[in-house]
Amino acid sequence: MIPSASDLLVVEDLSKSFTLHLHGGKRLPVVAKVSFAVKRGECVVLGGPSGVGKSSILKIVFGNYLAGAGHIYLSDGERFLDIANATPREVVSARRRLMGYVSQFLRVIPRVSALDIVAAAARDAGLAPGAAKNRAENLLARLNLPERLWTLPPATFSGGEQQRVNIARGFAGEHRLLILDEPTASLDAANREAVVGLIAERRAAGAGFLAIFHDEDVRARVADRVLDVSAFAPREAA
Amino acid sequence: MTSRPYNFAYLDEQTKRMIRRAILKAVAIPGYQVPFASREMPMPYGWGTGGVQVTAAVIGPEDVLKVIDQGADDTTNAVSIRAFFAKTANVATTTETQAATIIQTRHRVPETALTEQQILVYQVPIPEPLRFLEPRETETRTMHALEEYGVMHVKLYEDISRHGHIATTYAYPVRVSGRYVMDPSPIPKFDNPKLADSPALQLFGAGREKRIYAIPPYTKVVSLDFEDHPFERTKFDAACEFCGATDSFLDEVVTDDAGGRMFVCSDTDYCDKRQAARNKDAAE
Amino acid sequence: MNSSLLSAEGLSKRYGAVEACKNISFEIQEGEALAIVGESGSGKTTLLHLIAGLMAPHSGRVSYRGRDGVRRDLAEMSEAQRRALMRADWGFVHQDSTKDLRMNVSAGGNIGERLMALGERHYGRIRASAAEWLARVEIAEDRLDDSPLTYSGGMRQRLQIARNLVTSPRLVFMDEPTGGLDVSVQARLLDLIRGLIAEMGLAVVLVTHDLAVARLLSNRILVMKQGEVIESGLTDRVLDDPQAPYTQLLVSSVLAA
Repeated sequence: MIPSASDLLVVEDLSKSFTLHLHGGKRLPVVAKVSFAVKRGECVVLGGPSGVGKSSILKIVFGNYLAGAGHIYLSDGERFLDIANATPREVVSARRRLMGYVSQFLRVIPRVSALDIVAAAARDAGLAPGAAKNRAENLLARLNLPERLWTLPPATFSGGEQQRVNIARGFAGEHRLLILDEPTASLDAANREAVVGLIAERRAAGAGFLAIFHDEDVRARVADRVLDVSAFAPREAA
Repeated sequence: MTSRPYNFAYLDEQTKRMIRRAILKAVAIPGYQVPFASREMPMPYGWGTGGVQVTAAVIGPEDVLKVIDQGADDTTNAVSIRAFFAKTANVATTTETQAATIIQTRHRVPETALTEQQILVYQVPIPEPLRFLEPRETETRTMHALEEYGVMHVKLYEDISRHGHIATTYAYPVRVSGRYVMDPSPIPKFDNPKLADSPALQLFGAGREKRIYAIPPYTKVVSLDFEDHPFERTKFDAACEFCGATDSFLDEVVTDDAGGRMFVCSDTDYCDKRQAARNKDAAE
Repeated sequence: MNSSLLSAEGLSKRYGAVEACKNISFEIQEGEALAIVGESGSGKTTLLHLIAGLMAPHSGRVSYRGRDGVRRDLAEMSEAQRRALMRADWGFVHQDSTKDLRMNVSAGGNIGERLMALGERHYGRIRASAAEWLARVEIAEDRLDDSPLTYSGGMRQRLQIARNLVTSPRLVFMDEPTGGLDVSVQARLLDLIRGLIAEMGLAVVLVTHDLAVARLLSNRILVMKQGEVIESGLTDRVLDDPQAPYTQLLVSSVLAA
């Protein structure tokens, strides 16, 4: 597949399997020859039954899991970087500038307040501390996180509150590609609505999305297309 | 029991040569501590053995020796050492600074200006100025070699943070010829300015620690300080009770149980001379 | 053309018959945080001492690119150059802060020492810098004139960090910086270190046996076992998708609270 100028992400023949050395070297194939592209302003949703490898694909694209084979071409506006074969330094740089990731659960760091978590992500993207703080406040307000929680570390928040901090952090940067892994799973209708709004805004600004949504309603409203990952199920060796 | 006469100035000639070699090295590298094989002397460590060895190495039959202890010629120490050299070298001795060619001193520099014909020999207890912060000899030698003197200013910093000013009043560290940091022996900081550009040769001997160092004549010697806490000479609020001097280092003498005190010149010779001059003036 | 900040090539070190480090090579770039993890006896501390120039390797070399852009082999540096590097360009945070701090000198004196060693001669400015750094490591200002003997373990560690960072070094070595401290104290210290690394753009080489510390502070990781690098790469990748058997063992052994 030859990437075109409007392509943000091109995944080509991506394969992945886990080898469990602690269990006699048992091999668990996950996906085989995954190929798809995400264009600027597009939202591609990965679908399929649980366990088919949707989350794994997101993690491989982000560089959190190692690709077994294949390529993950990420555009920086001029060139494509192959995440599957990039150096750690290149991946770190790509994460700062090009791709953001909203995981299913917030990984809590002790002592850092919700506001600081989000503002730090904005600063990483290059915003000045004052502007970063403003953006963080706006995002948390949009996601209806009560103001009294802003200065507290999220360790004691409810699942839904933590997730909203996570989402705010993901949207605080200026990434061209946002990877979302079930971002609305623990949110109520009002907050799901807020997330839909945020996605729409970013898409209009040219960002691309690669996401997993279990919520059919949200999926229907934001997805340009749904890719069934079962199509990439590995063929078991006989 | 017959008593054998001592070799001139007590030490054997080879020892004197060894000490002179150390002195030459010391003069060649101003402020640098030269190790030397300090000998057993007929007085214990802490009583000026280093100074005595240096004096013994440089003294000749024509020399005139003065010995002071805290500025005074008549204390036990000064008297003993003077007697020692009188006996072992049969040299002339004096209490007058101007008449002496060699002046051995403990903890003071004479008030009277010295000349190119004179050698001042200091008795030194602890020669290493960095010792208080760095107990390892291997490390202090390396610090001197690499000119790593930041730690000296840490000491001065501590003084200011604790007392509001640099509280070191004696053994005040100096930098010699812009290179080595040196401990001038426990002279009051009042005397530090006298070390610089002196016409006399200044030699320092530490017997117990086995080190000799030197300041050659007319050498630059700067007392360490901070830009915003510059080195200040001690000023006295009083004048000498006996001679009226306002420019000499004064000893405080308690006169009664009611807290009465008076201030007297520490340098006895200087004071005597001034008194004599006053009396002469008064008589005329 | 090697543009890395510090580069280790083929480092080996033996203690008698035991090979503490076997032919280890890696690079650190400016602003990068590298964690070296492993269990006791893995050789990680030896490796840290080798790359910090505190020990000579039996073979291999370590080179560092100075502020002047010139790349120098540590083994070819004079003692004076090495010490100058340690004073101005590098920092070394020990697990035991008493190894670095002067316990009979006030906190202000401890922090100011490097400045004075570099020629700063204005008491007021030195004191102001020390006070600023004390605040940055979250120690109360009124402790500036206290000796570290009166500090708790966590405070001493923070003071050690301030003392090392006051000259804005480019590269900081850390040897189990939170080892031996209470858990709550560790959390605070880790957060402080994380913040300072980000703020100052420091390059860091951190030795730790604690994978959670590695995850929090580093973006790259080396996993060591018996003197060899078993696996290396992006920290979250190595910890979340370990490839080597030993790494998988290490990661699965960590207890979650």
